[in-house]
Amino acid sequence: MARYLLTRAWHSALTLLLSTVVVFLGVRALPGDPALALAGEDRSPEALEAIRHHYGLDQPLPIQFAQYVGRVAQGDFGVSIRTGIPVSSMLTTALPVTVELSLLAILLAAALGVGAGVLAAVRRGRPAEWLANGLALVGLSVPHFWLGLLAILYLSVAAGLFPASGFVPLLQDPAGNLHHIVLPAVILGTGLAAIIMRQTRSAMLEALSSDHVRTAKAKGLRPRAVITRHALRNSLIVVVTIVGLQLGGLISGAVVTEQIFGLPGFGKMTIDAVFQRDYPVIQAVVLLTATAYIVINFLVDLLYSVIDPRIRVTGEPA
Amino acid sequence: MTVLSVPMAEAGPAGISRRTRVLRRLRRNPLAVVSFVVLALAAVVALLSPWIAPHDVQQTDFAHTFSPPGTPGHLLGTDDLGRDVLSRIMLGARASLLVALLAVATSLIIGVPLGLAAGYFRSWDAVISRFTDLLLAFPFLIMAVGLAAIRGASLTNAAVAIGIAQIPGVIRVVRSDTLRLKALDFVAAAVVDGASDLWVLAKHVLPNATSVILVQATVAIPAAILGEAVLSFLGLGIQPPAPSLGTMLASAQQFAARAPWAAVLPGVVIMGLALAFNVFGDALRDALDPKGDRR
Repeated sequence: MARYLLTRAWHSALTLLLSTVVVFLGVRALPGDPALALAGEDRSPEALEAIRHHYGLDQPLPIQFAQYVGRVAQGDFGVSIRTGIPVSSMLTTALPVTVELSLLAILLAAALGVGAGVLAAVRRGRPAEWLANGLALVGLSVPHFWLGLLAILYLSVAAGLFPASGFVPLLQDPAGNLHHIVLPAVILGTGLAAIIMRQTRSAMLEALSSDHVRTAKAKGLRPRAVITRHALRNSLIVVVTIVGLQLGGLISGAVVTEQIFGLPGFGKMTIDAVFQRDYPVIQAVVLLTATAYIVINFLVDLLYSVIDPRIRVTGEPA
Repeated sequence: MTVLSVPMAEAGPAGISRRTRVLRRLRRNPLAVVSFVVLALAAVVALLSPWIAPHDVQQTDFAHTFSPPGTPGHLLGTDDLGRDVLSRIMLGARASLLVALLAVATSLIIGVPLGLAAGYFRSWDAVISRFTDLLLAFPFLIMAVGLAAIRGASLTNAAVAIGIAQIPGVIRVVRSDTLRLKALDFVAAAVVDGASDLWVLAKHVLPNATSVILVQATVAIPAAILGEAVLSFLGLGIQPPAPSLGTMLASAQQFAARAPWAAVLPGVVIMGLALAFNVFGDALRDALDPKGDRR
């Protein structure tokens, strides 16, 4: 167990280091002089010289890299070329929106996916299963940004049920916040719900035909009790696994969803930065995404070994 | 269709019967047949679209903007610039499929050899695993953002970003199938016979891994279609005025209240394509499953 966790921690740290190198070199791969790119409007020789000095561009690459890591570790991601605001304070306002949106989407997707998956497994071969399977396939195939467009068109604009765009901070107005964010969260959660449903269904089917469930049934345990016990335990593992595996998709999805619903989160910040060629922001966004992915997946692995004791023995996620 | 020509060497002399069995299972599954027909039709339309599209996709007509579907001469109506929606959908579907194929080809060209190496050579496994971890840390949209920042947004960069993001999935399935095959007797026999590693991989492991690669590809294509739509919608993929289902939705968003059909139709096509691939992929996986009719 300890050995497994140590190995995982070492791998995560290594991946983190490598991705930092990639992001660092990415900025050096920009066409032309990085100082020019970082300078934005003010391109006087003095400004360029100051930037070269501030970012250590006049130093050898390894030293530049060490300086970069040092700055990032202190939360210094540079200053946005377009707004002049430190990237770190942009992140402080944008990140909570995205985190809230993603967590709500995961919650909704887990509830819907686990429910439909258990239902499909228990009602095998009946209309309920076909319906759940069909919906899952559609959920996998539908471009969710398009669903978002339709939802705005028909639920927000035509029916007036939800605000079409905009955002109210959670602490300022919790009800208004929920009203703004619930539709985007549903849209973001559709694909995830479909994947969770399919996995839950096959995990349940496997569990239902396994020896210990047969034993439990033979002991005279009521089928409902068997299903609930196994459904809960298995679905927890399924949800944790899928969230770990699909985190990349979730982050990508959040970017698009925020763009459509005009939520002032991480995703909107990213897309705006690309079109404004705001390199310090792009660099911070890419690095933070990679870091979040690596850290969350490490936590998922930790959680695994808590939920599923088999992993502690074999050292490999099931 | 490539399914027909996949060598199934694993079954040895009985290989033909396995292929026949898989095909028979597919033919008996109505969902597989329907999705295959849809995909074949889409492929024909996509291939021929430059010649069979009723109008020039770039031809604007400011006297007839926002014509609703059913307008004579414009079966699916016109957009904000009076361009024919049907023609743009046909060419857009062609672009979607092209990006999807490019992306999946990229992921297979890089992922298959790495997966084989990771499964076959113990010493390579750790290095390739770290490489996989590294790729996974950059979601496709973030990868596309980075590529667009460095090289500008284009169809090729969209395909590359999606393809790179799909490499880990390919490595994972090919690696685990290689591990499975390596433990089988006929591979051991070839090794004992003095065959080189490269020969064993090319002649014994790879041909037998084709079915998992095929299934992986049918799952990856619809994901790539959705990915292209997202990137083009955001302006990180195919650049206007070139037709793309994603960019059509992006411009339709601005006029959605006036011309809702323009926001509906391209999405339906994207969903239809992805759904057909997903349904066919499911059917193919079931048909290839040696446990057969249990599911």
